[in-house]
Amino acid sequence: MATISDPPEQGFRLSQLIFDTRYRSMTIQVVAMVLIGLLLSWLISNTIHNLEALGKDFDFGFLSQPAGYDINQQLIEYNNQMTHGRAALVGILNTLLVAVLGCALATVLGVIAGVLRLSNNWIVSRLAAVYVEGFRNVPLLLWIVLIFALMTESMPAPRDFKGGDGPSMLLGESVAITNRGVYIPNVVFSRSLGGNEVAAAEAPAPAAAATPGTNMAGTYGASRIATGGAGIQAGQNGTTAGAGGSGTSAAGEGGEVIPSSSGWDWLLILAVLVAGSVGAKLLGKRAAHIQEATGKRPMTLPLQIAAILVPLIVVLVALGASLDKPELGGFNFDGGVHLRNSLIALWLALSLYTGAFIAEIVRGGILAISKGQTEAAYALGLRPGTTMNLVILPQALRVIIPPLISQFLNLTKNSSLAIAVGYMDVRSTLGGITINQTGRELEGMLLLGLFYLVLSLLISGVMNVYNSSVKLKER
Amino acid sequence: MKKTVTLGALTVAALAAGAAGAATLDDVKARGELKCGVSTGLAGFSAPDANNVWQGFDVAYCRALAAAVLGDPMKVAFTQTTGQTRFTALASGEIDVLARNTTWTFSRDVDLKFEFIGVNYYDGQGFIAPKSLGVASAKELDGATVCIQTGTTTELNLADFFRANNISYEPVPIETNAEAQQQYLAGACDVYTTDASGLAATRATFENPSDHVILPEIISKEPLGPLVRHGDNEWGDIARWTLNALIAAEEYGVTSANIAELSSAPTNNPEINRLLGTEGELGAMLGLDNEWAKRAIMAGGNYGEIFEKNIGEATPIGLSRGLNAQWTEGGLLYSPPFR
Repeated sequence: MATISDPPEQGFRLSQLIFDTRYRSMTIQVVAMVLIGLLLSWLISNTIHNLEALGKDFDFGFLSQPAGYDINQQLIEYNNQMTHGRAALVGILNTLLVAVLGCALATVLGVIAGVLRLSNNWIVSRLAAVYVEGFRNVPLLLWIVLIFALMTESMPAPRDFKGGDGPSMLLGESVAITNRGVYIPNVVFSRSLGGNEVAAAEAPAPAAAATPGTNMAGTYGASRIATGGAGIQAGQNGTTAGAGGSGTSAAGEGGEVIPSSSGWDWLLILAVLVAGSVGAKLLGKRAAHIQEATGKRPMTLPLQIAAILVPLIVVLVALGASLDKPELGGFNFDGGVHLRNSLIALWLALSLYTGAFIAEIVRGGILAISKGQTEAAYALGLRPGTTMNLVILPQALRVIIPPLISQFLNLTKNSSLAIAVGYMDVRSTLGGITINQTGRELEGMLLLGLFYLVLSLLISGVMNVYNSSVKLKER
Repeated sequence: MKKTVTLGALTVAALAAGAAGAATLDDVKARGELKCGVSTGLAGFSAPDANNVWQGFDVAYCRALAAAVLGDPMKVAFTQTTGQTRFTALASGEIDVLARNTTWTFSRDVDLKFEFIGVNYYDGQGFIAPKSLGVASAKELDGATVCIQTGTTTELNLADFFRANNISYEPVPIETNAEAQQQYLAGACDVYTTDASGLAATRATFENPSDHVILPEIISKEPLGPLVRHGDNEWGDIARWTLNALIAAEEYGVTSANIAELSSAPTNNPEINRLLGTEGELGAMLGLDNEWAKRAIMAGGNYGEIFEKNIGEATPIGLSRGLNAQWTEGGLLYSPPFR
């Protein structure tokens, strides 16, 4: 009878690090880590050495120096006396604007095209196929440049709108499509929360007009840059830089209030809208409760509409809202909102291009749902549209969302192609003019990389939260 | 013993560092080709002709430098740079010298660590507008849309000008001169602003140049000149004195027509003799042979000849000498003496 004795205790030998599977994986990891560390330290020391050889230092101080250049589209107040950091912020907001607009439109286009490509109607499905293949297989840059060139070359210049026989404005003289962009009416308030601009050549603007809120405008940049001399005259006549904003609205007599809009007005309106929709939703829930208890559903739709609309109208009247239509004045249209060609070209091209990819994702998601689901829904008497909305799409979402996140990230990063049409995004301000004027390539590019990284992680994080809320609940 | 080794290592390191900083001339000679950065195409200053050979005022300087260093004016590889890429191209060593209508400013010289080797064109920023706009002065441009090449000094001057005059404008940032021209002609901007020489060059390529007017205001000083990297002083000297040789040649009356005769034997003007290498050892001091300046001048003529041939009044660009005349004729061109 054999007895099993413990294996003889052996001391640790170095060769075990390679030949013993218990230690080998750790050896490989340690070696890999050392190699990566060496590579990093070589990169860093190389950078430091090269910077020294060029006689340059590593300093972010340039961010607080005056930028000196103008940006045509500003969502926050900015003039060329502000810092490079502020200019970068203006660029960041412009990037975010085109990314948000682009993601929204691309999703709508993509879902529609994806569903239509599966249509039984031959013409409809072929048209969707032409759209998808056309945009998917031609580089994005070409689409951006093409749309920009179409807008610039084929539309009339603002000065052509003078006189009777030229082109005329659309929708009751309120929308002008020109080769510099589209001018649409702007909502302005005669009792703006940010304080109204006062057109006055003599009387110095009141302090309220100098608050940053005034020029926030909520528009895509007060229609153009008012480089009023106020910035440099500040010391002489006691007005502040913000007062230069009144340069855009030189009409009117001394002391007359010019309607304007500020970020606070739009925040208030947004808050009222959100509150209204929450109220409407509560009304719907209450109706559902009553229906469960009594079997009768009270009339809710008019109440819901009223819950949203009534507070909104009250606020608009209280603020004294009116439409500010664009009008020809001097060289350009004055007033209204100016959607620049660069923004429109970038937005449309990004949306159409990414939309084509999203369409394929949506098509794949729908195809992943078993045909039996559709047949079962039809057997219950559901119509095709209802089947798609209530049965197929909710299940398809689980397949659609993860690749959709990648498309949103792509669109956001592709917005840096703005350079092709002169759209002033963060790549053009911080990564372009600022670097060029200050010579801080390394610092600027690091900041730019960091921004895109944070933005991408943010989008990815938010979308993943949404994904976990719609994915199959496993218990 | 140990000390000696350390000292020796230090010396070697120092020598290596010195050599690394001063290698441009050796690099160019070893390569057999000068890498010159120019603009992406500006008629008269740098643009390829019908045979795809680069021609122009800035190009002529590159050719003169190549002739001085390599003996052949055609041994130049041209790299097109935009307002935004030019400095990176130079700093990274992609090009040996940048000759691209670049304004000599304090921060570029000091902070960006470049070395401007002189001025080859004294310029100022101006505006061009269609005649039909009815504008006679840049001060009437309140509210105008202005096309501008981004990443340039003109961008900063423009902001200053409108701020100082308390008027507003809408900037349309554009990458290259060609794009700006297309936008301007399409009416996407009311006026286009850049250096006055660039405006004249651009206007010359229009279908109807007379329909466009260059406004009288010159809103800035723009001394344009070639530049090299900071820290390689030998290369900087060669680049600087090649430009000076072209300017001095015009002053002394050395032209491509008479240079063969003047350089065959010493003349009675010692300055010409030293310039052309028939007297003294100026070439050796630069690390070149004594005929370097002769070759540079023969490449395209002296400064005046280059000017007249590429951008002068007889060309479509039609620039008068103005500030760019010799100091003896009331201009600003003034080469330090060759001695």
